[in-house]
Amino acid sequence: MPDHDTLVHMYTTMARIRAFEEKAEELFLAGKIPGFVHLYVGEEAVASGVCASLDRSDYIVSTHRGHGHCIAKGASPRRMMAEILGKSAGYCKGKGGSMHIADFSVGMLGANGVVGGGFNIAVGAALSAKMRRSGQVAVCFFGDGASNRGTFHEAVNMASVFELPCVFVCEHNQYASTTPATYSVSVKDVADRAVGYGIPGVTVDGNDVLAVYEAAREAIGRARQGGGPTLLEAKTYRIKGHFVGDPERYRDRAEIERWRARCPILRFEDRLRADGALAEAEMEEIRAAARQEILEAVSFAEESPYPDPDDALCDLFVSPLQGEGCGR
Amino acid sequence: MREITFSQATLEAMAEEMRRDPTVFVLGEDIARQGGIFGQFKGLPQEFGYERVLDTPISETAIVGSAVGAALTGMRPVADMHFADFVTCAMDEIVNQAAKIHYMFGGQARLPLVVRAPDGVVKSAGAQHSQSLEAWFVHVPGLKVVAPSTPYDAKGLLKAAIRDDDPVLYFEHKALFAMKGPVPEVEHVVPIGKADVKRRGRDVTVVTYSIMVHRALEAAEELAGDGIDVEVVDLRTLAPMDVETVLESVRKTKKVVVAHEACRRGGAGAEIAAIIAEEAFDYLDAPVERVGTLDVPIPFSPPLEARVVPRKKEVVEAVRRVV
Ligand SMILES: Cc1ncc(C[n+]2csc(CCOP(=O)(O)OP(=O)(O)O)c2C)c(N)n1
Ligand SMILES: [Mg+2]
Repeated sequence: MPDHDTLVHMYTTMARIRAFEEKAEELFLAGKIPGFVHLYVGEEAVASGVCASLDRSDYIVSTHRGHGHCIAKGASPRRMMAEILGKSAGYCKGKGGSMHIADFSVGMLGANGVVGGGFNIAVGAALSAKMRRSGQVAVCFFGDGASNRGTFHEAVNMASVFELPCVFVCEHNQYASTTPATYSVSVKDVADRAVGYGIPGVTVDGNDVLAVYEAAREAIGRARQGGGPTLLEAKTYRIKGHFVGDPERYRDRAEIERWRARCPILRFEDRLRADGALAEAEMEEIRAAARQEILEAVSFAEESPYPDPDDALCDLFVSPLQGEGCGR
Repeated sequence: MREITFSQATLEAMAEEMRRDPTVFVLGEDIARQGGIFGQFKGLPQEFGYERVLDTPISETAIVGSAVGAALTGMRPVADMHFADFVTCAMDEIVNQAAKIHYMFGGQARLPLVVRAPDGVVKSAGAQHSQSLEAWFVHVPGLKVVAPSTPYDAKGLLKAAIRDDDPVLYFEHKALFAMKGPVPEVEHVVPIGKADVKRRGRDVTVVTYSIMVHRALEAAEELAGDGIDVEVVDLRTLAPMDVETVLESVRKTKKVVVAHEACRRGGAGAEIAAIIAEEAFDYLDAPVERVGTLDVPIPFSPPLEARVVPRKKEVVEAVRRVV
């Protein structure tokens, strides 16, 4: 059982992610967010439970559904919100958007618009940590759909043969866009694939933050001590559509309602209440503070100006050469 | 000045940079225990160890992808592609990840990555081991692309590429590996983005790079016998291109041939011809001529291969058409 501070931290993280995502949905529907937004609602326990065992200097590599990973790793919701609104105060000065948020200052090496594009980047971060003998660990979040990319095979095999400090965290939310995992994934549990790489594979209830926490703590600890990679699978569900505005013709309401009843935040609250870890009023206070923080993030983002259109030509290279770059 | 091979020149560049900076390392297939399939890594693991000269599984995606991750976290990886043709297996990592990370993340990240790609036609290697694919990368904003032609440039450009904080594609023609040329004992760096006039001439400019530089120089020798004075501009870097050096030559000679071993259609030569048309049209006395491999996969049988790949003869003919 994690200590009290960790429990509070994980609950706070989950509440902050939920508040961020609900606001992002509202803003998208109000036409304030360009592009696509993929929400993490219902999956908060995974990022929160995993990142609770990471240090600031550890690395994570994220996905198109990355807001939760960012918040759990310590990124600022203000700069995230500014980014998804396309503003200059955003993490990427408006050049990335929801699918490309990164915060290198907290080891968040980037969301990725390419499904399965992050596996090998995480392997490289782990290789670098090993070569520098830094003791850092790299965590790669990915979906059930991404587990079908060839990149998965090359990455996990290489991490295994080089015994890299890397943890592969599969967020098995049952669908890849409109395609159910039962149709497209060759195994019921993605963690079973670990056998093919000679590494431990563990499946946990991804809506139980304590189960995620325990399994991740073990995997991260093993990686840090030189014990090599782990394939950790968290079974969860995305309550919202694949993206905001998804007509969701591929699943029925009853299924969503069944999973809604297993909401990871409600379940954690039941547990905290039962164990007497947090009182109702304390939990309400945490949720209210999270909502308030996100409201402030929205004001910050809305007040931030759009980038100067000519900024589109900046940041192509670290060292621009003749004719390249924006001359600033 | 002493003479060493192109391959030795790259090896010296690697060793000097690895000595200079402990974050430089190289990864790829058959590079450490074997020394590289062209011997271009021989001796490196003895000096730097098997961790910094890292033999990998046959996993091009993981080689380049993990190099990206390592570059983002404080290392300076050099990823070897074995044959340039296999870069196709790592296109997402180069095009969607490496090329875009600095820009897409608003300048937060540095990506000091070199991808070494032995390319070009040599000894009937066939359709999947003979290509020159540099134009694809010239087309992608966020990448730097170099293609040296001499041992001197090979060493200097590889050192520059390793020191550069942006992703660099380093194309090295397989038929050049054994070529000897003068390289100073003291270290030198050739800046990325600077062309080099390999031969001065008044009558025609041949804009070229990599192995075609040598074919252009041979052509120039032959044409000199007929009183045609050819200038050979070796681009050395294709992205970003040293447009000024090209235009300066064109304004002088007023006639241009663009030559590369990559196939003609959509090749880097098309870009060069377009720039010349935009920037120096009024100076031209003849349409720009392009020389490149015919637009078929490289065939295996020697007479077939010889039929499609441009050599001295094709350059000579093209020059004769513009004078
Ligand atoms: C290489 C690639 N193929 C397809 C897509 C389009 N796409 C975006 S998200 C997605 C589904 C991903 O499913 P999963 O990995 O399970 O993640 P989830 O969305 O469920 O979190 C698809 C097909 C893409 N972005 N990249
Ligand atoms: Mg999924």
